[in-house]
Amino acid sequence: MGQIEWAMWANEQALASGLILITGGIVATAGQFTQWYLGAYSIAAGVLVCLLEYPRGKRTKGSTMERCGQKYLTRVVKLFGPLTRNYYIRAFLHLGLAVPAGFLLATILGTACLAIASGIYLLAAIRGEQWSPIEPKPKERPQIGGTIKQPPSNPPPRPPAEARKKPSEEAAGIPTGGPQENPMPVNDEVV
Amino acid sequence: MMGCWVLNESLSIVLVCFRGPWRRQLDKNLKFHKLVAYGIVINAKGEWKKGMSRGVRVRDKMQTEDSHPPTKKTPKIMISHQSSELFDSKLETPTIHIVAHLFNLEHYHWSQSPEAEGLVAALSKLGDTPNETYLNPIRTFHTNTIAELLTTIAGITGLLISLALILIMTSSTEFIRQVSYELFWYTHHVFIIFFIGLAIHGAGRIVRGQTPESLLLHNITFCRDHLEEWQAQCPVPQFSGKEPSAWKWVLGPMVLYACERIIRFWRFQQEVIITKVVSHPSGVLELCMKKRDFKMAPGQYVLIQCPSISTLEWHPFTLTSAPQEDFFSVHIRAAGDWTEALCKAFGVEGQPLKEPWSLPRLAVDGPFGAALTDVFHYPVSMCIAAGIGVTPFAALLKSIWYQCCEAQTQCKLNKVYFYWICRDPGAFEWFADLLLSLETKMSEQGQAHFLSYHIFLTGWDENQAFHIALHWDENADVITGLRQKTFYGRPNWNHEFQQVAFSHPSSNIGVFFCGPKALSKILQRMCRVYSSADPRGVHFYYNRESF
Repeated sequence: MGQIEWAMWANEQALASGLILITGGIVATAGQFTQWYLGAYSIAAGVLVCLLEYPRGKRTKGSTMERCGQKYLTRVVKLFGPLTRNYYIRAFLHLGLAVPAGFLLATILGTACLAIASGIYLLAAIRGEQWSPIEPKPKERPQIGGTIKQPPSNPPPRPPAEARKKPSEEAAGIPTGGPQENPMPVNDEVV
Repeated sequence: MMGCWVLNESLSIVLVCFRGPWRRQLDKNLKFHKLVAYGIVINAKGEWKKGMSRGVRVRDKMQTEDSHPPTKKTPKIMISHQSSELFDSKLETPTIHIVAHLFNLEHYHWSQSPEAEGLVAALSKLGDTPNETYLNPIRTFHTNTIAELLTTIAGITGLLISLALILIMTSSTEFIRQVSYELFWYTHHVFIIFFIGLAIHGAGRIVRGQTPESLLLHNITFCRDHLEEWQAQCPVPQFSGKEPSAWKWVLGPMVLYACERIIRFWRFQQEVIITKVVSHPSGVLELCMKKRDFKMAPGQYVLIQCPSISTLEWHPFTLTSAPQEDFFSVHIRAAGDWTEALCKAFGVEGQPLKEPWSLPRLAVDGPFGAALTDVFHYPVSMCIAAGIGVTPFAALLKSIWYQCCEAQTQCKLNKVYFYWICRDPGAFEWFADLLLSLETKMSEQGQAHFLSYHIFLTGWDENQAFHIALHWDENADVITGLRQKTFYGRPNWNHEFQQVAFSHPSSNIGVFFCGPKALSKILQRMCRVYSSADPRGVHFYYNRESF
């Protein structure tokens, strides 16, 4: 169990808690329960938690599966800098958001789930994890002409293929001189 | 309908000891488990019934449908586990259950308020005088519903099991299983709390109803509309708490599950003798073992435990030996904490050779899974393996060799096409060795044309391309050393299927695949497209087994 990235699980748990808070809030508000204003708060808190937790952070080892369409929210979450990067802040934020919803029966399950998520984030923070955004890889533009090696500097007849150097050296782009030494430099007359 | 389906499930549990097509159904249990889990948590009760019939159709099609990707192996989830979830979902699903209870409690609470009138008020007032029994569990308007939740058995167990279910759900997502399999495995055991809580959830008997004797005296349909005449015509109704009934559904599967764990413990005690340890390049460890009364079929897998590494973890590995051999073997690649520790314990790559008595003890449970024996039922078979999906085919190809080439018995199968697609052959050099030895043995027996294999390397770079181009004219392939050349890039399936269809114009051809879902869909399409409409023409039958 030594190398678990707790933040990954905390993220899943917090996202689920957000959804449960929203559901509980909708039930309380729509049913006009007593203290239904706590239900309305719960919807707002749930939406905030979902928006914060939707973009998945990058794993320290290995590749991370992005959630569908998360790049837009990643940009927003990244803007807050250390507030969203640091998991201690997230842990206490979630705990704070969870408490008011604990006073209404309909949202108490959301409170409990978010409190657990907060605890796991605290554990992740103690272990030094932090949130880093998943950046889209810059598209590698194919360099035009980058794979074309330098044209041979010897006129034909050139030495046969076997006498050429190994492929790794070939890749450096410098063909071998071969046994033929030119008395004067030869230029390739390409128009 | 539900009852019959549920009975069918329990019968399939009983038939777990039987071989053949029944085992195939059980092997699809992972997909079923997920379906049931989602059904329990998300779907409404009415929608669940639709989902159930969908589930039945999915199961019937599972012979030819794709199932969970074999790239990340997950162990067989307990059969009884899923059937108890099934029973559970038949009662009420948590989301709807919880929402209904919320409305219910709120309604109970409001019925005690001074503004309540009519039937609900009358019913709520019952129980206040000494000779009456009450119906409304919330006795006064000033009762705090949250306090009620936290002081009743039903409330506490309800909250606890909902939390357990949510923890299980969040740690079982595909992503978390890839990040940390151990987290998924250990958190999943919280289901013990879930089932115990479920069984005692109704023990408080909060939900009350009219007693049968009172129903005879107090006619509901008449009395509910005639509140004023209750003194005269309707004697006061009497109520009692309803008996808990969830335990009746859950007990059977829990007993079966306990039996399964006991069997696993008994198998754990059985001795496993390690006959050979081979360390292959790229950190692959081959273990050849023997166990009393161990019978396997190609394509099956075993669960292995190493007590000196971890007492609770059992990891699945596909068997790579043929049933005709007198030992069974697995090939293990170091890909995580447990496998790395195992490879180190057995002395892989650069470590000094270990003496047989210093090797750690292993426990083996199995074999599980559907067998690939269908290959022998077709005159021509196409086996396609992608990446790590090649491991079951090791067992299969060896089995084919024993059954069809070496033995003098007549074999229905007379041609096998094998396609192996992988990015980096380094991790599977042991498989290339196997192919080489099969190639040699078959040509010795004069059956060089029995097996035709094609290897496709999809990850290659320019340097490799140079190297390969330089050695193109040689007899043996430069990467694998095999006589048949390796191809680069992905196979052109249209071309392959066309070729095979052309060579065997009126045969039934079985197509067997193990690998990612995307390729499975492509192959299914190819099978459909290239099967001829003529019943005497060529027909491709697609089988994707779950490994």
